[in-house]
Amino acid sequence: MANKRIDQPTGTETVGHEWDGIEELNTPLPRWWLWTFYLTIIFAIGYVIAYPAWPMIDRATSGMLGWSSRGALAQEMTAADRAQQSFREQLAAIDVVKLRDNPELMQRAVAGGAAAFKVNCSQCHGSGAAGSQTLGYPNLNDDDWLWGGDLAAIHYSIDRGIRQPDDNEKRQSVMPAFDGAFDSAQLDAVTQHVLSLSGNADPSAAGAQIYADNCAACHGPAGQGDRVQGAPRLNDQIWLRGGTAADIKRQILNPKMGAMPAWGERLDPVTVKMLTAYVYSLGGGEEAQAEISDSAETQPEAEAGNDGQP
Amino acid sequence: MGNPDQPDDTKRDWAVTVEDGIAKSNEPVSSAVADPAAATRRHEPHEPPRETLPEKLYEARKSIHNKRIDGPFRRFKWFVMLVTLGIYYVTPWLRWDRGPYAPDQAVLVDLANRRFYMFGIEIWPHEFYFVAGLLIMAGIGLFVITSAVGRAWCGYACPQTVWTDLFQHIDRFVDGDRNARIRLENAPWTWGKVFRRGFKWSIYLAIGFVTGGAWILYFADAPTLCRDFFALEAAPVAYITVAVLTLTTVTLGGFMREQVCIYMCPWPRIQTAMMDEKSLLVTYKDWRGEPRGSVKKAAKNPGQFGDCIDCTQCVQVCPTGIDIREGPQIGCITCALCIDACDKVMKDIGRPRGLIDYATLEDCEREAAGEASKPAWRALLRPRTMVYFTIWAGIGAALLFALGVRTHTEMTVAPDRNPPFMLMSDGSIRNSFTLKIRNMESRPRDMEIALDGLDGGVMWTDAIGRDEAAATQTVTVAADQVRTIRAYVMAPRDAKTQDFAFTVTSLDEQRESDRVETRFDAPETQ
Repeated sequence: MANKRIDQPTGTETVGHEWDGIEELNTPLPRWWLWTFYLTIIFAIGYVIAYPAWPMIDRATSGMLGWSSRGALAQEMTAADRAQQSFREQLAAIDVVKLRDNPELMQRAVAGGAAAFKVNCSQCHGSGAAGSQTLGYPNLNDDDWLWGGDLAAIHYSIDRGIRQPDDNEKRQSVMPAFDGAFDSAQLDAVTQHVLSLSGNADPSAAGAQIYADNCAACHGPAGQGDRVQGAPRLNDQIWLRGGTAADIKRQILNPKMGAMPAWGERLDPVTVKMLTAYVYSLGGGEEAQAEISDSAETQPEAEAGNDGQP
Repeated sequence: MGNPDQPDDTKRDWAVTVEDGIAKSNEPVSSAVADPAAATRRHEPHEPPRETLPEKLYEARKSIHNKRIDGPFRRFKWFVMLVTLGIYYVTPWLRWDRGPYAPDQAVLVDLANRRFYMFGIEIWPHEFYFVAGLLIMAGIGLFVITSAVGRAWCGYACPQTVWTDLFQHIDRFVDGDRNARIRLENAPWTWGKVFRRGFKWSIYLAIGFVTGGAWILYFADAPTLCRDFFALEAAPVAYITVAVLTLTTVTLGGFMREQVCIYMCPWPRIQTAMMDEKSLLVTYKDWRGEPRGSVKKAAKNPGQFGDCIDCTQCVQVCPTGIDIREGPQIGCITCALCIDACDKVMKDIGRPRGLIDYATLEDCEREAAGEASKPAWRALLRPRTMVYFTIWAGIGAALLFALGVRTHTEMTVAPDRNPPFMLMSDGSIRNSFTLKIRNMESRPRDMEIALDGLDGGVMWTDAIGRDEAAATQTVTVAADQVRTIRAYVMAPRDAKTQDFAFTVTSLDEQRESDRVETRFDAPETQ
């Protein structure tokens, strides 16, 4: 190389390049540095033998240790599952109505339920569980429950579904269509009475009579609903399918009733319990009725039979 | 030099260059006598190679056996070593009572629970700016030190220096002083040498183990971890950390030593850029020392020789093996042991001390010109150092202030956005919020949450039922914890979308409080 010289003050050779008078010293590397370089080469050879390295036609060489990123992921997932194992076992063992007695377990169940809800439930009930008035999916955040809002009732609804064609005797009900049963004036009158139950219209004597004859059996004399049959409350401000007179008339003439799959058939019992805890925690969860918790304590097997009957 | 476009073809001897009518050598010389322009003299592009040299790509390690020396700087180095090692090894064992809900270790980095304890101070992860501030202070602190006293950090307090010093004392303890060590190194590998080396390296390993072992004690309760460690019940990461740190301590302190400072550490390069002619550094006063000559020669030829008698004591005591008489250089960590060595020799031969001394380059020039030298401490008081120190102290004061006024009660509020509101059976409107209440005291505290500015608003929580709904609620937050609370806020049916605030007040003598503005959503049609 051109222009090599020895720099006077340091006694070191320059590299021979020069940029506008600036030269660079060619300080020799320490020899141990060279040895570390050789060590990295030896390490690389070992690495290539031990781990996947050379790209072949459809995959890389697999390496002696058999490590793969998929395998590592599977291992981590297994480890995560194992870490949850005791929690799932506890949850499987506990009676769902007693979940609130164990705040820590409840908290974890709510967190697990929130994730399961996003996967399984949000398609209809919405990711915030606010439901849809247009499509008739109930809001799960409020204090109005069609079939009951304590832990046992919610659990039963999720587990067995709503209006599923099977041997399930609960959660089955049909409101008859009144199309043709009333003339226009009668329809107006009963609609006005229904609205008056929640204070949204003036009372109508004619309507009250029609309501007592046709509706009170399920919806109750004061419109308080009946959770045994899933008959909605009519004396509150929450309307599943709209609260205008036109909405109500449509529902009287040609009622629509919601259905929900039986999640007990699709999900494992622990996930159903977690979903129960989550739905309960959304803000509308109710205390269990006294006799239900009594029967649940004395005969846990009979839980399903006594659930959801306030 | 010539015009680049018209290179002269005359043969010239480039081993010697002629400038200003004076022939100068291109041979290496000590910077003590080199012309300062030698470093900067322009080398014209058209000039032929000045010297052809055999390529020397790698340099073999020159082993260093520094000689024992005693003196004020050596004693200071002993003192700094005792203090720094003492702090490092003893700190984890100090106790500090924080009550039943917090660890009693004075300095503890609790990674698992994300808390950092330092005596009376407890730092949470969200207060990491305190740690960032400390790191900035450490950085600027190095600026202060460097601009004032040069590489004092390198010479006395850097862990690399402290542990290298410790290992060099081990060398001396096992193998004897410089000459004995040189003899032993050159000796063939007899059983005696094997035994000696094995003994010495065992001590290295023991020091490395204690060093690595002390490190992990900062991250867990020291007595418990110590017991678990030897009962083989500690976490694997503890053993791995100790193994790695043992290895690095032995490698870097026992074997790499000055190679770390010269080749691996970026700090000497950075400091080179930060030092100026007013920074203190260890300097050989060549105008006084040169030309070198023995005491006898000087006695025969008075006035012809300088004070340096070329006894090379300064080189022999140097822990990085440099010759300070070649001037400031990257290998000099300014530990000042050469000052001790030279002062001792000067005292023995009856010449004034300070042939090698702490001095600034500016003072050196002044002294060389025959003016009186200024005391070294004067170098500390200059604007640059003062500005650095002011910035450093300012950050420290700001951190202390922030630490003093910080509250131990905080709240964050996250309103539910989906759904933003919902109707209740009686027509009232409910919003849901996630509150996080932070209790930074090491005791459980009752806190009162209240709604502020929401007419008719009541709230209940995931733990307090709706039948107990009220405008204020009292919750207990566990010691040193964040409690997450779902708050359900309900307003009468005619409520409009409006701003309101949550307030939280600790129900103790501190009465700390926090207030968070948020929004109540209601249907637009109402």
